[in-house]
Amino acid sequence: MSVLRLESNKVIKEIKFGVLSPEDIRKLSVTTIVTSDTYDEDGMPVRAGLMDRRLGTIEPGVRCETCGNFVGQCPGHFGHIELARPVIHVGFVKIIHALLRATCRNCGRLLLPQEDIDKYKERIVKYKERWPLRAVKLSETVIKKASKVTECPHCKARQHKIILEKPMTFYEEREEGNVVKLTPSDVRARLERIPDDDLTAMGLDPQVARPEWMVLTVLPVPPICVRPSITLESGIRSEDDLTHKLVDIIRINERLRESIEAGAPQIIIDDLWELLQYHVATYFDNELPNVPPAKHRSGRPLRTLAQRLKGKEGRFRGTLSGKRVDFSARTVISPDPNLSINEVGVPVDIAKILIVPERVTEFNLEEMRKLIIRGPYEHPGANYVIKPDGSRIDLRFVKDRKALAETLAPGYIVERHLRDGDVVLFNRQPSLHRMSIMAHIVRVLPYKTFRLNLCVCPPYNADFDGDEMNLHVPQSEEARAEAKILLLVQEQILSPRYGGPIIGGIQDYILSAFFLTRKTTILDKKHVCQLLMAGNIRELPPPAFRKPKKYWTGKQIFSVFLPKGLYITLKASVCAKCSQCLKEGCPHDAYIIIKDGVLLSGVIDKNSIGAQKPENVLHRIVKDFGTAACRDFIDRAFKMLLAFLDRRGFTMGLDCLDLPDEAWNRINEVFKETEEKVQRTIESALRGEIELLPGKTLKETLEAKIMEILSEARDKAGEIASEYLGFSSEAYVMAKTGARANIINITQMSACLGQQSIRGERPKRGYTNRLLPHFKPGDLSPKPKGFVYSSFKKGLSPIEFFFHAMSGREGLVDTAVRTAQSGYMQRRLVNALQDVHVEYDGTVRTAEGTVLQLKYGEDGVDPAKSDHGVPVNLDQIIRQVLGE
Amino acid sequence: MVDDREYLSRDEIKVLILKHSDELPPIIIESLIEKLEGRKITKHQLKAILNRVIEEYQKSLVEPGEAVGVVAAQSIGEPSTQMTLRTFHLAGVREFNVTLGLPRLIEIVDARRTPSTPLMTIYLDEEHRKSREKALEVARRIQLTTIENVAKNIAIDYLEFAIIIDLDEGMMLDRDVDLKTVAKALDKIKGKGGEVVVDEKHNRVIFKPPITDYIKLRKMFERVRSLRLKGIKGIKRVIVRKEKDEYVLIAEGSNLAAVLSVNGVDCTRTTTNNIHEIAEVLGIEAARQAIIKEMMSVLEEQGLEVDIRHVMLVADIMTSTGRVRQIGRHGASGEKASVLARAAFEVTVKHLLEAAARGEVDKLKGVAENVIVGSDLIPVGSGMVELYMKWRGGELDKSRA
Repeated sequence: MSVLRLESNKVIKEIKFGVLSPEDIRKLSVTTIVTSDTYDEDGMPVRAGLMDRRLGTIEPGVRCETCGNFVGQCPGHFGHIELARPVIHVGFVKIIHALLRATCRNCGRLLLPQEDIDKYKERIVKYKERWPLRAVKLSETVIKKASKVTECPHCKARQHKIILEKPMTFYEEREEGNVVKLTPSDVRARLERIPDDDLTAMGLDPQVARPEWMVLTVLPVPPICVRPSITLESGIRSEDDLTHKLVDIIRINERLRESIEAGAPQIIIDDLWELLQYHVATYFDNELPNVPPAKHRSGRPLRTLAQRLKGKEGRFRGTLSGKRVDFSARTVISPDPNLSINEVGVPVDIAKILIVPERVTEFNLEEMRKLIIRGPYEHPGANYVIKPDGSRIDLRFVKDRKALAETLAPGYIVERHLRDGDVVLFNRQPSLHRMSIMAHIVRVLPYKTFRLNLCVCPPYNADFDGDEMNLHVPQSEEARAEAKILLLVQEQILSPRYGGPIIGGIQDYILSAFFLTRKTTILDKKHVCQLLMAGNIRELPPPAFRKPKKYWTGKQIFSVFLPKGLYITLKASVCAKCSQCLKEGCPHDAYIIIKDGVLLSGVIDKNSIGAQKPENVLHRIVKDFGTAACRDFIDRAFKMLLAFLDRRGFTMGLDCLDLPDEAWNRINEVFKETEEKVQRTIESALRGEIELLPGKTLKETLEAKIMEILSEARDKAGEIASEYLGFSSEAYVMAKTGARANIINITQMSACLGQQSIRGERPKRGYTNRLLPHFKPGDLSPKPKGFVYSSFKKGLSPIEFFFHAMSGREGLVDTAVRTAQSGYMQRRLVNALQDVHVEYDGTVRTAEGTVLQLKYGEDGVDPAKSDHGVPVNLDQIIRQVLGE
Repeated sequence: MVDDREYLSRDEIKVLILKHSDELPPIIIESLIEKLEGRKITKHQLKAILNRVIEEYQKSLVEPGEAVGVVAAQSIGEPSTQMTLRTFHLAGVREFNVTLGLPRLIEIVDARRTPSTPLMTIYLDEEHRKSREKALEVARRIQLTTIENVAKNIAIDYLEFAIIIDLDEGMMLDRDVDLKTVAKALDKIKGKGGEVVVDEKHNRVIFKPPITDYIKLRKMFERVRSLRLKGIKGIKRVIVRKEKDEYVLIAEGSNLAAVLSVNGVDCTRTTTNNIHEIAEVLGIEAARQAIIKEMMSVLEEQGLEVDIRHVMLVADIMTSTGRVRQIGRHGASGEKASVLARAAFEVTVKHLLEAAARGEVDKLKGVAENVIVGSDLIPVGSGMVELYMKWRGGELDKSRA
């Protein structure tokens, strides 16, 4: 028996869509299906049944009777069912309806004068090439225009109204009240009469989609591999939904045929015909409006053709646009500050499973031999060897690996374990921006988690509370090269979103930098040596003080890591935003000056080395010295910072939220005043003395006023609190330097939680005129309306706690709703813009070549390469050239 | 000949910089002139600066193939996850609630016909922007005044089939309306046989429409209540606000075309947040600008930094056809040329069936199509490169191809 082979190295250039003609269906078919039986008593597929062996094979070890291939190779083959009577294809009902209305019931011509038809036809053919969308629009207007005509301009026949009764029955209203049903046969006969030229004028392509083909006379039966049956453990066969549906169709079709042959009464034939129509319709789409869905025996609606394509898990979105891959791994992540930002720690167990194909050359022959000898179970080993003839040797089953290694020669491919230095892609979902997938260099490490440098947490939006990440190993040289050049972490330091670094210091790094570069920090030689060693620097800078002992300042140590030639001035996070900036004389040391890579003044904190802060030190380093220099700076300096913080120590305790009695007195004073003020406002409002805000009722005005007073009170309490806390409080330091939390959090912990709000207002639901039964009805003072006087440290009263829980719940709901909404918006944005790219001529175009912009962003500048949106930093250049 | 050591004059600097106008974008030229004008600079130094600037500018250009569309979509989508949902904040204008944050962003992207909180910023001409009184005068002209606004009480007389309107003197003064205007407005709707009686003593207007049907009378009552006396349809409320050194009107509701024709309004600066209105009145380029402005202000208000270039690209795809179209099924995504790309987005089956009937051809030029088909190269970025070469060698080795 000859075996068919499929060519696989062809490139798809384009895809043309069309409708299969009955002849096509018959030609495509390997057999007509006539019986609804699937298997006989022995469990063998019945010939000319739905599981006919000629339709392809799904059982391993059985050759397909048509092409002679086994399971994987046989593509499957179509069969067909000859329908006893034609039925309408539900999907095309709308088009059929439009065609019936727009064409003559007598001669089948389009109901427009010949010259119009010619004109439209010509225009549509022209449009189809250049503006397919306009062709569609034009064809719609043609059909609309023709539908209004009541007398055929060609044969002068009078036209009747064609009514479509959903889902798929057509009626013709001959005279007022005389409504005649058009059977699918009638419909088909009419469609057959429409000439090709008229169809073209209506936007159809008669070469591939004659309208009569939309009324089915032959139904294609998909190959078995499209609807595989599954054998349950109990040995019972369970058929696919499509097979079930096809069985129904065949059964009714046979009954219809028998009835016709036996000359059964018309009414029975019509009923069966209708039933056949129903089955064929639900075979295509089982979610038709006003059609009861076909159900499985268990009551579950069948998943037929349309359902297979539709939706997120459907063929298009689920299977074709999103693909499953090999060579990937997933596990929990944990931090490792000793890794470079470019690296990722991969557990040995994973490294032994993930493989990289390496072609044997004379240069790596010896090395590959060693890998083979080590085998699949020892780490830098190999799992498979592929001979030049394409055969694959599994090293798990090779007894004498040494002998195999001996036979190794250039031209072989060794599938070796993942090892240090390999490039991999690392990803964390949700992949919201391109920095969610970056290339890392592998470091094989013990234990079971992926490890990454903390500075790459912001782009991935990762933390270590149980997050998992995915890893992919590129398998070709091109893929590896692209990954290394374009996707490597260091190449992603600058975000294209705002033109600033997205990778940088967080939390500990910022704290440490703050403490190190404070004016008060001086370090002795031993300490300095330790710090510099942590950053892998072997030269001591000259000490700042020589007597009584050699001492270095923290700023000096930080400067060691800055590249020579770095100039930058900026304001630190701790900047108090004074009305008049004293610059170098800043009492908070918040005015940062770096000249020629030396930190002259200012403390380093989030504004200088933090992630997601544009125009900071990291940004300058990338722009002036390149990404490698910036990676080097981050790797070294940040390691040093951790060494410093390790030795210094940092703890936040309850005591750093302690306020002295004096502060509490003042805060309570504020509360008292507030309370009185609110009371006064309420009273004056009741007397009708307050001026109404435009467009608001008295009640609303009062609410707005009270809210204002209360938020002021919280702010005042916060101000008092931070006045007494100062930089001796660790919590305050964290908030001020930008390491973690903000001042509001500190206020809420130490002084006062403030007003709890629901939808931006004071909570109002609950009992009649009051929130809880503890209060008097109609009391508008702060406490019964959800103002929390207590701080987190002091503790909330049960009532306050309840209010806090209310707004806490709102926050949770909000987050859940928001993620869904913004996710959908992003999907739409990406979908609309995915083909938009820059062409070689600098224009921005869509896939079709439509020009959207003549120059990207009006100046052709890539935001990721810009300085916070500005293409060139002029000050920098002027300073450098003029040597200031 | 200028000596290399001599400092250049202001004009010389300007001329030398302007020589590079076609190599550098205008902003750089401008700020360069601004920064260098009046400084002591030699020709040599200036040349060095210019060379560096040009070099840096060229380094910062986008590379061909860059998938700027996806980057733009991600740059707007990613921060939107961080937005607060319920921000009906009183942004700047305390008197109005304005939809902001994610809901507003979605509204813009959806290209809704009317925003959920339409708002106009009306600037005034020289004459009216200086004093509050003058500004109020314009405000009165703009703000929609209905009978309801100036009436103390409106009642139906079921016996006489009449509607009795008691007017409030204070309100009338405030809105600058007199009895005559009310009567005139009613005259217009009275129809044949209707009658309007003005009772000046009691400040009362009696309206007798030619109706003898209670239901119709009730309907007429509603119509009378919301009958326009003056002002512009759609403008519910106008307030006067001081902005820097001029008075500006902020209006709730939007009707750009009508407002622009009002006397005293500065048509060059007056805007609305209704993008469709801007497109209709001022044209598609203005609509593009409005989309950019609106989106940027939403993002800025939330403290999210997004480069304007991304927003511009989104605005461009929304307006590139000459009308404002939505990002999504009924707009940019639904009008793509590729069948597969459309099917992969939404309403899969419909697109496939229509494509079959029309005999459409998918040329596989876009990203989604190539992913679906499983091409090795996706035609953006490094996959866009096509290599043509002349074959100089002998026979091609067919067995290896």
